[in-house]
Amino acid sequence: MTKQRKAAALISGGLDSLLAARVIQEQGIHVEGINFYTGFCVEGHTHAIRKKDRQKEKRNNALWVAEQLGIKLHIVDIVEDYKQVVLNPKHGYGANLNPCLDCKIFMVSKALEWIKAKGFDFIITGEVIGQRPMSQRKETMPVVADESGAEDLLLRPLCACNLPETLPEREGWVDRQQLHDFSGRSRKPQMALAAKFGFEDYAQPAGGCCFLTDAQYSVKLADLWRARGSKQYEMDDIMLLKVGRHLRPAPHFKLIISREEGEGNFLRGYRRQYPHLTTVSHPGPLALIDGEVDEDDIELAARLVARYSQGRSEEEVVLAFTDIEANQKELKVRPLQPHEIPREWVI
Amino acid sequence: MKRKIIDCRRLLCPMPVIRVQTTVESLPDGAQIEAICTDPGVLTDIPAWSRINGHKLIEAREEDGEYIVVVEVDHGMQ
Repeated sequence: MTKQRKAAALISGGLDSLLAARVIQEQGIHVEGINFYTGFCVEGHTHAIRKKDRQKEKRNNALWVAEQLGIKLHIVDIVEDYKQVVLNPKHGYGANLNPCLDCKIFMVSKALEWIKAKGFDFIITGEVIGQRPMSQRKETMPVVADESGAEDLLLRPLCACNLPETLPEREGWVDRQQLHDFSGRSRKPQMALAAKFGFEDYAQPAGGCCFLTDAQYSVKLADLWRARGSKQYEMDDIMLLKVGRHLRPAPHFKLIISREEGEGNFLRGYRRQYPHLTTVSHPGPLALIDGEVDEDDIELAARLVARYSQGRSEEEVVLAFTDIEANQKELKVRPLQPHEIPREWVI
Repeated sequence: MKRKIIDCRRLLCPMPVIRVQTTVESLPDGAQIEAICTDPGVLTDIPAWSRINGHKLIEAREEDGEYIVVVEVDHGMQ
């Protein structure tokens, strides 16, 4: 009896990984999905936080893809291990702080560990030569296979015919003739294959599925590293970069100011970790203070927060400052006027 | 029936799903997990995860601004 071969598919939730997995399923291979959670994944977090976005339909695309394929999906938390990739990428960053090539190498190496532990035979990804400027080029395909350690256990079904044979092809587990030769940035071949398989409602993330490809997010992360004097982060840091208005009035502290009720509720969850300001005399935002502050800093912060309250045009706004031990004091300040807020404060 | 409660408050998806997934691995068939969450995304994500991995969704509801999802373990597919 022929042994049932098993493949682990890297599932991002996008069309390419969906198609790659289906191509291999069609050949009678048992496929299960792995989805890696880095902390930077764009997974509707702002929808979850912002009240006005809560009505929008939201779904986890990786789970949705797995359901379309009828496969199991293993979501793997790699937040801690992933830091080495973000902080010291051997192959450098892309246009923003996106270490795409190192990221791909890391994820394939993690998938390799996974298949060895679970008794799977090979790994598949939805990579296409020329699809992405940094990580999916003809020159980088062997780099990912080599540096991840996966070597010829890594099969890319959508562009396999443009690459050397892998073990699953040589061993006859997979028929190379039924694999594809996609290349370049055009999405037409993928869309045609999706139509052939009957997939219609697939996700098409424009900038990928990672916050590190976002210019504004990258600016905030770089600012965080600069202010702390070292390239480090914790999970709370990277979550807070997704929320609120960030202003740095001085090198040693910044404010994270909620923009609406949902963000205020979310930031309130951090009130034991950060000193914070709330408005008392007028409706207004909640603001966390990240950094060591003295009395003058607190007053400046209060004037800035007052600017974003409904008392912005008044002579005086009353705010409450609360430290992390819940000691509270009241401040009466004149809100800053727009011309008093230099552009460079806004991160 | 054994029911394990896990606190997923303040966690954003997919972390609550990962917590449920990790807890499921250590429990026998028939045991239940009650996840208490604050991200409304769990109302779709945990049921979807349960369906594709063969576990039984008992309930998913909102209660006092929190989201409660109960899953019954079934390792039968594995």
